[in-house]
Amino acid sequence: MATTSHNGFAIRTEGLTRDFPRVRAVDDLTLEVPAGIVFGFLGPNGSGKTTTIRLLLGLLEPSAGAAEVLGLDVRRQAEAIRARAGALLEHTGLYERLSALDNLEYYGRIAKLTAADRRARIRELLTSFGLWDRRTEVVGAWSRGMKQKLAVARALLHRPALIFLDEPTASLDPVASAALRDDLAQLAVREGATVFLTTHNLAEAERLCARVAVIREGKLLAVGPPSELNARKGTRAEIRGDGFTDEAILRLKERPEVTAVLAEDGRLVLDLAEGAATAPLVSLLVEHGAAVEEVRKEQASLEEVFLTLMEEER
Amino acid sequence: MSDVWTVAWKETKEILSLSGSLKGGRLGVIIMIAVFGVFLPLQNGATWIASPVTMIYWAWVPLMLVTGMIADAFAGERERHTLETLLASRLPDRAILLGKVAAAVAYGWGIMLVMFLCGLVTVNVAFGHGRLLLYPWTTMAAAFGGGLLTAGLAASAGVLVSLRAATVRQAAQTLSIALMLCIFIPAFGLPALPAAWRTALLSAATALSVRQWIAAVFAILVLADAALLAAAMARFKRARLILD
Repeated sequence: MATTSHNGFAIRTEGLTRDFPRVRAVDDLTLEVPAGIVFGFLGPNGSGKTTTIRLLLGLLEPSAGAAEVLGLDVRRQAEAIRARAGALLEHTGLYERLSALDNLEYYGRIAKLTAADRRARIRELLTSFGLWDRRTEVVGAWSRGMKQKLAVARALLHRPALIFLDEPTASLDPVASAALRDDLAQLAVREGATVFLTTHNLAEAERLCARVAVIREGKLLAVGPPSELNARKGTRAEIRGDGFTDEAILRLKERPEVTAVLAEDGRLVLDLAEGAATAPLVSLLVEHGAAVEEVRKEQASLEEVFLTLMEEER
Repeated sequence: MSDVWTVAWKETKEILSLSGSLKGGRLGVIIMIAVFGVFLPLQNGATWIASPVTMIYWAWVPLMLVTGMIADAFAGERERHTLETLLASRLPDRAILLGKVAAAVAYGWGIMLVMFLCGLVTVNVAFGHGRLLLYPWTTMAAAFGGGLLTAGLAASAGVLVSLRAATVRQAAQTLSIALMLCIFIPAFGLPALPAAWRTALLSAATALSVRQWIAAVFAILVLADAALLAAAMARFKRARLILD
């Protein structure tokens, strides 16, 4: 259970750039991922997430910039990085003609675990993922969810200090997805490893990640804890009641902390600036003759933040 | 070295799992062993052991066996989406390549040796009449050395083709064409040469002793094996394989 880090960071990139003949896949990416957390790397399809993982694993050479993973340079020490990191990439990478046991045995041998350690670790992981009883079955006959769990187990086999998970719940049904998400949350704590997670599922990122970064077209748009990013978008208040006159709505729109007002069927939906209080707004409505029955205030979700960031960059 | 064995271990497991079913290849291997290890020896009698013609079989069989399965080495991993995960492991490039070559050679050469021994047993049982019949040393050299080198040739050429091919089918087609060229070029090329050249070649060939012939063929095969393996190693670039 290693938590190798460099000055407390599992990953540090400085102006990391990767060009392909017709496109810049990663553009001047400067990022720090603290050790021991689940870090979400979010972006739409083709935004450069997978290329970033390939660069960090030393599978691709950067066109410019620098990156350190677990204190090791991606250009000069790629093999050492791959020895200390685990990866579940776009595909499970399982040998479907082999059994679960053989798949893990192979990667255990690659990681140079001793025979006794391999046996114990394989048993521990397969048991924790509920796959031990099916260990001798050929993987090709398994469901996607089971394969994905096995692939996660393979990534964890050698107790890596850093685990790259590239959309681990993509293509899973909601039940399998939730089960794997729970497993991932537990393993981050249990294994003490840094998890670098790319996902399209923003609710998943919000639930699992201590910090997230959002990229689009290879450029970093935002980075921070989900709650901090959500706060940047501000809050939303829903006010239910009666007598919301045009005059009252006009006065609300004039308030500096109100960024948008939507009126419909006995309710008002207000977009508020960060830290805005709702009490003065309710008073204003009451002063203009409205009868307020219910006020509900909620912070923007990561999904809303993400969509706003995508819109802003267009 | 242990990394090479690790890759070879997995490759062997996959080959065995594939040939574990009759459809997957076990039937083909059984038929080949039956033909070269039982049927032909029974048909030819003691000549099967004594004739120098069988040297060609023992050099040829591993070439055919390896050519039939090596296309899968990298093209198969790419097709089944296991290549990137393998490349993301700590395995050095050389170990991945040599492990695949080693497994293919062991497969082709191993089956050939089984045929070779089956033939010996068959001839002794059917035609030995109490005597122990043994292959001459030239045939032994062809089987052990020549078979190993031709298996190596097919494996090295195969991984090189498989590295470049997008699919297993494409790699298999390229290898089949290469194998056919190996047969057709000498078969049609030699008669097409001017008569004077043919005479010169024939006199040069007959001037060599069997020992010299074997040494010359082995030397050519060793050089070809080394050249193809070096070309495959030069072609093996993680970034290129991923982007392919």
